[in-house]
Amino acid sequence: MSIADEEHAEELAGVEKIGTPSRLKVVAGRFFRSGQGRIGFALLVAMFLLAFAGPHLNKWSYTDKDFSAFLAPPSAEHWWGTLQTGADVYAVTLRGMQKSLIVGLLAAVVGTGLAAVVGAFAGYFLGWTDRTLMWVTDLLLVLPAFLILAIMSPLFAEGQWLLFVLMLALFLWMVTSKIVRSMTISLKEREFIHAARFMGVHPMKIIFRHVIPNLSSLLIVDATLNVSAAILTETSLSYFGFGIQPPDVSMGSLIADGAKTAVYAPWTFWFCAGLLIVTVLAVNLVGDSLRDAFDPTARRNR
Amino acid sequence: MAGFLFRRLLNYVVLIVVATSLAYMLAAGALNPRANYEGRNPPIPPAVVDARLTELNLNDKTPLFERYLTWAGGVAHGDFGTMVTGGPVNEDLARRLGVTLRLITIGLVLGSVTGVLVGAYAAVRQYGAFDRVSTGASFFVLAIPTVVLANMLIIAAVWVNGLLPQPIVYVSGEFSAGSTGGFWAQAVDRVQHLILPTISLSLGLIAVYSRYQRNMMLDVLGADFIRTAMAKGLRRRTALIKHALRTALIPAVTYFAFTFGALLVGTTFTEKIFGWHGMGEQLVNSIYTNDVNSVAAISCFAAFAVLVASLASDVLHAVLDPRVRVG
Repeated sequence: MSIADEEHAEELAGVEKIGTPSRLKVVAGRFFRSGQGRIGFALLVAMFLLAFAGPHLNKWSYTDKDFSAFLAPPSAEHWWGTLQTGADVYAVTLRGMQKSLIVGLLAAVVGTGLAAVVGAFAGYFLGWTDRTLMWVTDLLLVLPAFLILAIMSPLFAEGQWLLFVLMLALFLWMVTSKIVRSMTISLKEREFIHAARFMGVHPMKIIFRHVIPNLSSLLIVDATLNVSAAILTETSLSYFGFGIQPPDVSMGSLIADGAKTAVYAPWTFWFCAGLLIVTVLAVNLVGDSLRDAFDPTARRNR
Repeated sequence: MAGFLFRRLLNYVVLIVVATSLAYMLAAGALNPRANYEGRNPPIPPAVVDARLTELNLNDKTPLFERYLTWAGGVAHGDFGTMVTGGPVNEDLARRLGVTLRLITIGLVLGSVTGVLVGAYAAVRQYGAFDRVSTGASFFVLAIPTVVLANMLIIAAVWVNGLLPQPIVYVSGEFSAGSTGGFWAQAVDRVQHLILPTISLSLGLIAVYSRYQRNMMLDVLGADFIRTAMAKGLRRRTALIKHALRTALIPAVTYFAFTFGALLVGTTFTEKIFGWHGMGEQLVNSIYTNDVNSVAAISCFAAFAVLVASLASDVLHAVLDPRVRVG
């Protein structure tokens, strides 16, 4: 039976054409049906709005110092109080959040991209390529990331935060690339890859056109979860003064300052720490729900 | 099998050597020990500084590769060089090693065992109250960075201690300096100091393992062999512990190797914030003081520890999974 015949047979049988919803719609539908996904998404949107629109509502900027109010509690003048230096907590916290969100997002995207490319190359070519790439992966897993980033921290001064993002990404991809590698090995034996290879398609094209798009669900979930990992690493580094360098601020440096005065001036610590926790929580919730939404076998009775 | 093991160990040794060398090169290139002698009053003559730096093998006027060879020659004989303060790195780190290992071991055992038990119980009672509470709590804990968690614990402890006539937990150090009293008084004092760092270290682990173990356990609980085990007359408890938990532990053990690196970093933060004089504290301090030799020695230790963890996870895997032993 040819295809035309089949269509004809369908018509004969009186079966109505069933519109197949696009994959994006299916996944989005599943994602927003879970309460966890809705909460996470709403929180994340709120955090982004607060970080990028919030500063415009306030008359203080993050570089301003109010010399009439040192370590003042929250008031109408300073919504979230002030720090020991007279800086407005609301302004510096939102500035720190902007930095943390941007650094986290960029590092996660770069890291996941690197994982996809390294894993797919190792799994597709195998042999020496595989051995070399996996050895490098093992080496980076063994190197203490915190230490390397901390040593290189002097280089991140003077607005070189993009370099910081790259270094952060360099230590985020190893575990994912191992998963991508093993998935590529099994994907390589599938008919459509064979077909492409026998038609003489260039291996590079096969990897970027056929292999990596087929792993997109894993990569999207991984990129989301990497955002929270990157934010946590960035915060810890900045806490010890190894990350974002002054005069710029980040959540980590703010928490380090706030922790010193937290006992008698709680507003210096809790606003910043609370927002950081909510942000990471939101990212994790979104990532977890995305994983469930992409997984056709996941149990969905929540 | 022996050949495989040998190749594996050889690969590990090569990885440790390369990782440590890389860390040394980076540290020697990026850190500036000369800065330690600048800005003093009266200023130290440059010749004296040079002589001192050369003595410590930290002089940036010597080519990097030459310094590396001198350092590597020492390491080959088990000598990690001298700290910027003059004492040998080996002695200092040997003292700190005990502190760190005690913290890691207690935190790791407490964290992984509690986490696995919480996760397994949550899976058995899926969607029950315990399951919901533990899932929510672990999501919350996973969102708190160690540095924030440690500070939150300190704030809470200060508040609790203020309410009580006598402090019950201490927020800083390993033991009270100059505390006298018998063995029991000393032991209680140490436990009071140990509580907070241990919580700070193991809470994250509990969250990770309980999430992971719950998912694995849920996959296993629906499997045929559990039904068979109960059908042949095993009690539910025996079937769950002997068959389900053991099978579900295998992926968690594999996961152990990956979390160990994160655990080391967590220990670093915990030690630094709680003022324990361990390796992690020294890591942060040595970067502040441009102590290249200490940095290299600590990264060697970290690489070694990660590889031991991965070896341990392989061994545990073989113990739990009979297929690995046969194959």
